[in-house]
Amino acid sequence: MLEITDLVHSYGSHRVLDGVSIRAAEGELVCVVGPSGCGKSTLLRSVAGLIRPTGGRVLIGGQPVDRIPDNLAVVFQDYSRSLYPWMTAANNVALPLRRRGLDRRRRREAAMAALDQVGLADAAAKYPWEMSGGMQQRVSIARALAYRPSLLLMDEPFGSVDAQTREDLEDLVLRVCAHHGMTTLLITHDIDESVYVGDRVIVLTRSPARVAADLPVDLGESRDQIATRQLDAFVRLRAEVGRLVRGGSPTSTVLEKQ
Amino acid sequence: MNVIRAVGRLWLVPVTLVAWEIVTRAAEQPFFPPPSATLARMGEMWLSGPPAHLLLTEQAMDDFGPSLARLFAGWTLAAVLGVAAGVAIGCSSRLSGYLDPLIHLGRAVPPPLLVPFFLALLKLSTPAQLTTIVFGIIWPILLNTVDGTRTVDRQHLETARIFGFSTVQRLTRVIVPAAMPKIFAGLRLALSLALILLVIAEILAGSGGLGYRLLSAQRSYLYTDMWGCLVVLGLLGYLLNSAFLLLERRVLAWHRNARQTT
Repeated sequence: MLEITDLVHSYGSHRVLDGVSIRAAEGELVCVVGPSGCGKSTLLRSVAGLIRPTGGRVLIGGQPVDRIPDNLAVVFQDYSRSLYPWMTAANNVALPLRRRGLDRRRRREAAMAALDQVGLADAAAKYPWEMSGGMQQRVSIARALAYRPSLLLMDEPFGSVDAQTREDLEDLVLRVCAHHGMTTLLITHDIDESVYVGDRVIVLTRSPARVAADLPVDLGESRDQIATRQLDAFVRLRAEVGRLVRGGSPTSTVLEKQ
Repeated sequence: MNVIRAVGRLWLVPVTLVAWEIVTRAAEQPFFPPPSATLARMGEMWLSGPPAHLLLTEQAMDDFGPSLARLFAGWTLAAVLGVAAGVAIGCSSRLSGYLDPLIHLGRAVPPPLLVPFFLALLKLSTPAQLTTIVFGIIWPILLNTVDGTRTVDRQHLETARIFGFSTVQRLTRVIVPAAMPKIFAGLRLALSLALILLVIAEILAGSGGLGYRLLSAQRSYLYTDMWGCLVVLGLLGYLLNSAFLLLERRVLAWHRNARQTT
């Protein structure tokens, strides 16, 4: 579904991505984790077609990304700048659907259904500034869902909300991505989160970024904020990802599993 | 509590009026009629008509009608032209590269100086007055629109790109709404400028209206009439500004609230 091959990007003489290759199968939720400032956002922006990488190739569903693909949605970290404050939640969700050729009534219905999925059916008429940060991020997720992309990109989507909200949003994303069978690339600096949410965790090295490890997450389909985090497999994997993010080399136990 | 505070702030107005009244009565200067005489004269001039016309006299129609029509026509025209040109210039760096020097040159020309030229060019007084007003007030609207259009949040624009908004959608749903706070600031400034230029244009190229009335009162040594015109122009400016603020508060409710919460 998603094939990133040997992606290289430099800002002037400063190399940010140094040959990053990532693959994601249909319906897979892949977390990309790395130290802050390692080029995670540059990676996401290249996949989204917002910037043209210096080298390498990105294929989405076999199609090369040379401009912004029409089957892709992004959830940004900064929800307060991603939603339009002059529109209600429902209109924010419905606006991109014009491109899908839906008439006004169908757009409205699709927006309401998406808001309902993120638990905000009652907030359709509210403006972003009338909502908490977590609610705004839910609207942002609803906008992406209603758009029905085949690839969903999330750039530190839970980075600006409190811990409790963060856990709720993690579970929400797990639920809706599984429900829609959406291929998802989630970028985060949070080690715990990457293991909890991901089907696979890709660890990037310090800048210039390369793939340090590609770890499968064997925690099963259903996850629970308390029980999953207590599992031995979770604790071991978290420790391993943590070591790699800090610049360590892969340990033999995990390598054997691969 | 708010009422008390509002009244508390307003006490200086009657005190000033009473003091003025006492001083002008004592001085007995023809150039400074007492406020009571000015008010009485204003009532006589404009508000002693038949009840069917809301007490407005024929003179009131002659003075206010053309002035208000010119004011709103000029302001609306400048708003439409200024916002349209501003969005175009703000969106295109090539266009702004070419036009920036011309804009700053045009802005620097004092608009009253152009009245004789426009009068010679357009022959009739009303088109010349309108052109003067539009030329004089378009700059704050244009420059604020350009600025507002250029400073749209990058993420707002990237969101529009990701979701593939059409050009029309991007303009009407993202860029113009985002620039609206700055556009409104320009429109409000333009409204007060429009009143000033209206009076100047009517004095210089007069054929009816409040500015013309002011000039003819001065030429006929009718100083109380002149003061009446001054007071009513001041009131008009105050009312227009208040009405516009009310509109702004409605249209930009999202902006005020968004700023309060973040």
